[in-house]
Amino acid sequence: MLAVDLQHLTKRYGSVTAVNDLSLQLESGEIVAFLGPNGAGKTTTIDMLLGLARPDSGTVRVYGRSPADAIARGDVSAVMQNGGLLKDFTVKETVEFTASLHANPRPVAEVLDRAGITAIADRRVAKCSGGEQQRLRFAIALLSDPRLLVLDEPTTGMDVEGRREFWRAIREDAGCGRTVMFATHYLDEADAYADRIVLIRQGSIVADGTTAEIKNLASGRTVRATLPGADADTLKALQGVMSVEIRGDTVIIQCTNSDVVARHLLTETPAWDLDVSSKNLEAAFVALTANDAAEPAGVAP
Amino acid sequence: MTAATTQVEERHVPPLGGFNLTALRLEIRRMLRNRRTLMFVVVFPSVFFRIFGMSSKGVRSAGPSALAYIMISMAVYGAMVGATAGGAAVSVERSFGWSRQLRLTPLRPAAYVAIKVLTAMMLGLLAVAVDFAVGAFSGVHMAPQVWLLSGLGAWLGSLVFAAFGLFVGFLLPSENVMQFVGPLLAILAMFGGLFIPLAALPPALQTAALFTPVYGVGQIARAPLVGGFTAIAVVNVIGWTLAFGIGAMALFRRDTARV
Repeated sequence: MLAVDLQHLTKRYGSVTAVNDLSLQLESGEIVAFLGPNGAGKTTTIDMLLGLARPDSGTVRVYGRSPADAIARGDVSAVMQNGGLLKDFTVKETVEFTASLHANPRPVAEVLDRAGITAIADRRVAKCSGGEQQRLRFAIALLSDPRLLVLDEPTTGMDVEGRREFWRAIREDAGCGRTVMFATHYLDEADAYADRIVLIRQGSIVADGTTAEIKNLASGRTVRATLPGADADTLKALQGVMSVEIRGDTVIIQCTNSDVVARHLLTETPAWDLDVSSKNLEAAFVALTANDAAEPAGVAP
Repeated sequence: MTAATTQVEERHVPPLGGFNLTALRLEIRRMLRNRRTLMFVVVFPSVFFRIFGMSSKGVRSAGPSALAYIMISMAVYGAMVGATAGGAAVSVERSFGWSRQLRLTPLRPAAYVAIKVLTAMMLGLLAVAVDFAVGAFSGVHMAPQVWLLSGLGAWLGSLVFAAFGLFVGFLLPSENVMQFVGPLLAILAMFGGLFIPLAALPPALQTAALFTPVYGVGQIARAPLVGGFTAIAVVNVIGWTLAFGIGAMALFRRDTARV
């Protein structure tokens, strides 16, 4: 059974289309990063996935049920960006209160331990740091032992140490086959913790693949040279060439093996002004998610 | 299928929409932790009682039943402020996003409202109990059934204001909603005859007072002592409870639909 099945979701706020015909399927046990710049539609999509917002069109199924049903049975839980805690409860009381609302919660001591906040159990929420509050939200989310855990920008506003601690707790927990979907705009988080990356821009998915595939998208190099009358077909036939673009006297070649291309240009053709540059994940991310980007180059899932 | 989480049993929806006594106990404990609420609920009515009841020679010469009258009025006042504060706490919870967080749990909206109403009524009960204790120590003498019935009357009246508190809590998105509502409650209390006997008001205001939300509660709570249990008072209590309750539910629906 699919953990998540989103079909043709669209959500508009006034004249703004926050999510545009988005479809996404997650298999059970996947750890998926939902990556995109601010305002790309990540939170709106997650709100619809959790039943906090109603799609204008399209359907949401979580383990075959509606979001409300899935939540009522503890199939899904979430760590939201911020807010959602009462200052005058202690850490432990917050967990106890939430535990009392579930049919078969995990023991309070267990989730405190798994979230790494046993030591601050008696501290008032108001006195907890941002990272501690986030781990408290994580503890709450673990109570139902959910099959799907959704994290919406879970480390926003945390310092480096806080982020590391938080992800360590998530990672230790994810070992047991839980499906995890997290939204982030940090590339390194997606890279380090996901086995699949879904890139979203302007409410649509622009790339979806394994972390390696998404990285490949970005790992190529660009070879540029001045070569009047370049023969595109010959260049395309070279090993590792992905695309050839000719702009007047300039030829721009995207490739995975820049050495082969450079050697060919310098030995077999009169090309000059040769320039080799590499793209990184950051550049691919920017290219794929920038608002003025051309039609996205998708990677087949 | 491939889910390998540690659960073994079939997953269930909790009974009663998630309503339970642990949640209620934690809520009440949290409310009692709020110093400002405690001031309003416990300290003010008792202090008012001491000021109005014990310092004025007029009251003393009017005899012990005047003192009892003031004590009951202050119990009603404490119960209504306590219940309003308890209900209005939803505005704080909304502003902190706690309501949103609760929507990610199996807690049903009706169960949430039930917890809030009961918490508010516990604050009301506490106010009545403290005020009556202060009264008893200050020399108020009433027949046992008068203590009981007046106390119940004052406490049940807090149902009106639990609904009122929820209504303003869903209406005003403020952390300090009680600062706006406090003065309003004082005016309503005056129309309910809690600070001065209604008979001391001009006739036009006495008539208007019949339609205000504290009137019925005040009449019913004082009836065991001085009489005046009328159909108008009962209709007043039921009417305002329904009005605030329906208003609160409508705003609550709007609140959960929007997000």
